[in-house]
Amino acid sequence: MREATMIIMAAVLGNNFVLVKFLGICPFLGVSKKLDSAMGMSIAVVFVMVMSTAATWPIQNLLLEPNGIGYMQTIVFILVIAALVQLVEIAMKKFVPALHRGLGVYLPLITTNCAVLGVCVLNIDEGYGFAQSLLNSFGAGVGFLIAMFLFAGVRGRIESNDYPESFKGIASTLIAASILSLSFMGFAGMIDGIFGM
Amino acid sequence: MSAFITPVVLVVGIGLISGIILTLAARFMAVPVDETASIIRDALPGANCGACGYAGCDDYAAALAGDPQGVSPTLCIPGGATVAQAIGEILGVDAEADAPIVAAVMCDGRSHLTRQDMDYQGYKTCASVKQFFGGPNSCKHACIGFGDCVDACQYDAIHICDGIALVDRDNCTGCTMCSKACPQNIIDMIPATNRVFVACSSKDPARQTRDVCEVGCIACRLCEKACKFDAIHVNDNVAKIDPEKCTNCGMCVKACPRDIITLIPKQKKAQTA
Repeated sequence: MREATMIIMAAVLGNNFVLVKFLGICPFLGVSKKLDSAMGMSIAVVFVMVMSTAATWPIQNLLLEPNGIGYMQTIVFILVIAALVQLVEIAMKKFVPALHRGLGVYLPLITTNCAVLGVCVLNIDEGYGFAQSLLNSFGAGVGFLIAMFLFAGVRGRIESNDYPESFKGIASTLIAASILSLSFMGFAGMIDGIFGM
Repeated sequence: MSAFITPVVLVVGIGLISGIILTLAARFMAVPVDETASIIRDALPGANCGACGYAGCDDYAAALAGDPQGVSPTLCIPGGATVAQAIGEILGVDAEADAPIVAAVMCDGRSHLTRQDMDYQGYKTCASVKQFFGGPNSCKHACIGFGDCVDACQYDAIHICDGIALVDRDNCTGCTMCSKACPQNIIDMIPATNRVFVACSSKDPARQTRDVCEVGCIACRLCEKACKFDAIHVNDNVAKIDPEKCTNCGMCVKACPRDIITLIPKQKKAQTA
């Protein structure tokens, strides 16, 4: 239990995928303009991260490693994740249209997002077991959600402010993102401290 | 040699299996797409303004396709009669379009006619300044003039001119976006055939209105007496025209001692208030 909490906490705060590892910056900057679309995107990311980990971990450990081609993981993972997300989208459209209406537009957008691929690869690199991998992916997704949530709020306030013309648009967004990222760096070591490692 | 064969075979194999699964899934779990909806969607203007009461053009098209008898094809106000007719043809139902409407700003408090109580320095939007003691204007019913309506308008049909919003009737499609955006609720929708309106929304008593504005309605009821069609009435200290009864005769315009009833000239359709 303690280990599980630790993995999730570390993935959410200390190793936040967007703000500390700088993965998945594209949706982070692109879809964070409005809170509701930011939330839709983040929930889709949590969903896809957990799902693709559940698919890629067995492939790595049961198929690639025994055959000595673990180095092919990047290509194979992209292939598998893309196919999987497509499949889930088709199935979702058929069986749970309500969920498809909510997540539908965001699913294809994050099919081969680097945060999704990154979490799969990092799970293997860290040597996590299957359950640990799933926890880590879930934590990474929640971390993404928190980052999106915070940043959507920050952006909302920036937009309604009167600031110099030269900072308009992406410039102010990047500055805000870097300051937010800086604050998340403050969590480094906190997890180890709490759990007495 | 096997260093090449294993990875190639495995990756191709995985790709092939994924491909087969996806093809099968697309075949067996295909959801029939409603073609009528997409045809209707093409006929709609695509402004997603929401004047029809649905979340956007897609939503309205889907509702129309799903229930052609129950959902009225005339709800699209920007599209007007043309779009209603096009939808009617697609669905095979009668489409009698509603009379076109346009926006009218019920305030003529141009900057030299009214006063301001404060020198406002905050966010330049009507909605935010409204929170701050009801805005900088002495008249709390007046047009604030920061142009929330201008931002809302997708057709370049409303502009801030001398401190108040003015509607350009040539461009106005009657989508009601500006009316919804106005925090003062002073933009009314009136039939496009109706060329007379009272450009004041002040519900303050006459003395107070006289104090803050040189043109505001003082509820003297001279217009009521002048109107032969019982179309104008003073309620809550402000005159209002019933567009159904109004014949654009202009008698009230002549009778008004404050010149606040606006008649838009027939030839020149743009609002000259």
